[in-house]
Amino acid sequence: MIFSFDLLINAIVSGILIGGFYAAVTSGVSLAFGILDIVNIAHPAFIILGSYVAYIVNTTFGIDPILTAIVATPLFYVLGAGIYQIYYVSFEKRGQESLRGLAFFFGLLFITEVSLVLYFGVDYRYVNASYIGPTWHVGDVDLPLRMMVPCVVSLLLIAALQLILTRTFIGRAIMAVAQDQLALRLMAIDPIRIKRIAFGISIATASLAGAFLIIIQPVEPSVGREYIGRVFAICVLGGMGSLPGTVIAAMLIGVVESLTSTFYGPSWAPAVSFGFLLLTLAVRPAGLLGR
Amino acid sequence: MRTPAFLLIWLVIAAAVFAGSLAIGNDYVFFAGYVILQYVVLSTAWNILGGYCGYVNFGTGAFFALGAYSTVAIYKFIGDSELPHVIPIPVLMLVGGAVSGVVGLGMGYLTLRLRGAFFSIATLALAVVLETLVVNWDYVGGSRGAYVIRPEEMPLIGNYIRYLFLMMMLLSVASITIARLIEHSRLGYGFATIRDDELAAEASGVPTLRLKLIATTLSGALMGMAGAPFPYYIGFLQPDSTFGLDYAVNSIAMPLIGGTTSWVGPLIGALLLGTLQQVATVTISSAVNLLLVGVLLVVFVIVAPNGIVGLVRTYWQRKPEEFVGRRRVDADAPGSVP
Amino acid sequence: MNSIANGSPNTGLLQIDNLGKRFGGFVALENISLSVPAGERLGLIGPNGSGKSTLVNCICGTLRNEQGAVRFDGRKLDGLEAHQRTRLGLSRSFQLPRPFASLSLADNIRIPLLYTVAARGTIHSAREVDERCHHLLGEVGLEAKAQRLPRDLTQVEMRKLELARAMASLPKLLIADEAMAGLTHSEIEEILTLLSRLNDQGVTIILIEHIMRAVMSFSRRLVVLVSGKKIADGAPDAVMRDPEVERAYLG
Repeated sequence: MIFSFDLLINAIVSGILIGGFYAAVTSGVSLAFGILDIVNIAHPAFIILGSYVAYIVNTTFGIDPILTAIVATPLFYVLGAGIYQIYYVSFEKRGQESLRGLAFFFGLLFITEVSLVLYFGVDYRYVNASYIGPTWHVGDVDLPLRMMVPCVVSLLLIAALQLILTRTFIGRAIMAVAQDQLALRLMAIDPIRIKRIAFGISIATASLAGAFLIIIQPVEPSVGREYIGRVFAICVLGGMGSLPGTVIAAMLIGVVESLTSTFYGPSWAPAVSFGFLLLTLAVRPAGLLGR
Repeated sequence: MRTPAFLLIWLVIAAAVFAGSLAIGNDYVFFAGYVILQYVVLSTAWNILGGYCGYVNFGTGAFFALGAYSTVAIYKFIGDSELPHVIPIPVLMLVGGAVSGVVGLGMGYLTLRLRGAFFSIATLALAVVLETLVVNWDYVGGSRGAYVIRPEEMPLIGNYIRYLFLMMMLLSVASITIARLIEHSRLGYGFATIRDDELAAEASGVPTLRLKLIATTLSGALMGMAGAPFPYYIGFLQPDSTFGLDYAVNSIAMPLIGGTTSWVGPLIGALLLGTLQQVATVTISSAVNLLLVGVLLVVFVIVAPNGIVGLVRTYWQRKPEEFVGRRRVDADAPGSVP
Repeated sequence: MNSIANGSPNTGLLQIDNLGKRFGGFVALENISLSVPAGERLGLIGPNGSGKSTLVNCICGTLRNEQGAVRFDGRKLDGLEAHQRTRLGLSRSFQLPRPFASLSLADNIRIPLLYTVAARGTIHSAREVDERCHHLLGEVGLEAKAQRLPRDLTQVEMRKLELARAMASLPKLLIADEAMAGLTHSEIEEILTLLSRLNDQGVTIILIEHIMRAVMSFSRRLVVLVSGKKIADGAPDAVMRDPEVERAYLG
């Protein structure tokens, strides 16, 4: 284990950059699980789906992946709204969400992943964009653009979401539905419709997160699995539904993973986020910036 | 029906199935059958914590793998020493079961104070942490995997695979017997209250934490016992496929498809879905397996939440009854109060 | 507060000393001291949100109080889990009924019998358990529905089941938390008779109610909780004439 300041700085910076991306990945889960209590364990699968959508459009038409993702957002929104409707009618309404609702999403995870395997195979896929190759150098620090761009756009996405949640009517209704459904009903607002919109937004973020992912690294269907624990770890650590908390937690985990990988080897890295999660759940379930 | 009678009947059935399989004359039956029986054990084990108590464990793969890796560790240890090379499977099962049982207890202790969804996520986390630990333990091969050489023949039975099949069959019978025993005992009632309303259960005098720990330990132990013979079955053990989520999805889907409230559900689910997967692997491809499981899981969970057992009951009684009462007063169930 | 009784401080079956409970910044209970002797019929009243249910939860172990101590039958309850307190003889019914939805009514009653009474070694056979289940259901008029599921019950029947289940653990002290909401006049009488009979058999009863008629007729002692503080404790008539109590209820 050769320690050098260089290595340390780069590991930290790299961790921060990927942390920004992790925040975007987790934002959907913060919305669905943190705020609405829907344990969508299939979220990473939708992200991978987003990656493949970006991939197809990129290889067929050469269009920038992030652009593709933005255009695909409405489609993912509709998908999310549809899935929530099924989830609500089949499970939430019957009070079955803890066992069967969970199993439902687990099933969706597998259906999505295996369908992608059957259609695309297990080869790694990647996209081409002008910012994927170059790296900026600031002193001894390397800033690969393929990580910088997703990080910056991720943070913009989070900022946009936060604005929606705090400044728009729908956003505030979403926050309200998490706390008091009855009050909403009394105001003649249908909480189910609000939740449907919220879940739609949650899945819509997956479209963008997927594009970011395939910019940062090559993707194949089972890549999603390592994100399952990661997103829930970040969501819980970040305080369950607090978007600023999510960003902080994401960067924290990103940095620790990066340091672990650099100094102890990549085979220990998966345990980092999961270990964090266990620790948080044991010690402070309300997370860092808990509600 | 008293438990000894139940056990006897199923042992007879097992013997008949074994004899029938021998008669077929094709060892493939044993290879395929082993996997199906393995799932009978895994589903039944999962259902003890998941169906009876309502706590969804995503870590089936981890417990299964711990059992398998216990065997690998013993195998390596034996290989390095002067001891005889073939350890009987039941012994390996006991060791694997003990290891997984202890881990199950530990997991329960760490996670059972968490409510539903957090518990499930924590089980996922624990599975990955355990996998990482094993992958980094070179003695059992680490990420490179481990080779285990299967003995050629067993006396009387013939091919070693037949012996493995027989052992897994006996374990299956043991599992469903244990599950049924629980159902008809005070423990089974306690589990049901945990599933229905933990707060009210505590107020009624049910020691919920203790019961949940019993459930996780027993569930984990059975999964470990199912994993113990696996290295001999597969010959080459790899961490990522052994620890993987594939075992989780199967052990969750099978009870949900079969029915979670009794021992019958996981058995039916495992037999049906297991057989279906074997057929699919041979006729189409092995990747389709998991798609099948996923689709059936989603469909059943939406359309038939009480599984096949629930459908049969509804059809039989023309009255949609969600769950059957644990016992009826007029039944002759003896001595349930210990 | 001229209606506070000067009772003997340390000999209550249930002894609560300076109990305090907060939820974050919100003080739910402050300095609650109460001594309930065996055999008492205590009525606990107070406006909504005054902390009655929180107090019950702290006594029974569903919530942990940060301050003060609760003693039952001489034993300190701090640190004991809810099920351990139930086994000691402390029982409660829930304000919003919480039946075991997948079990029949008979099995709902069976649970406390199996886990509390049987644990004390006083029942030995399955048949005895069955008999007691049916007896208890009969006491609340639900015997005919013994094999049905709770979802087949009316709201009122669910409250009766809730009470029967609380009684099944053969408690020394039973806390009935708003067991009579929504009942008709005659149903209220039924429950009161039931509770009186229990009391005659030696069970201490704490009745939490809003239905004043029921509280006044049943209680031999009345405690009033307002905004987390005990403002009155004494004979029902005296308490109701207390000007502070009048203020709390009439604004």
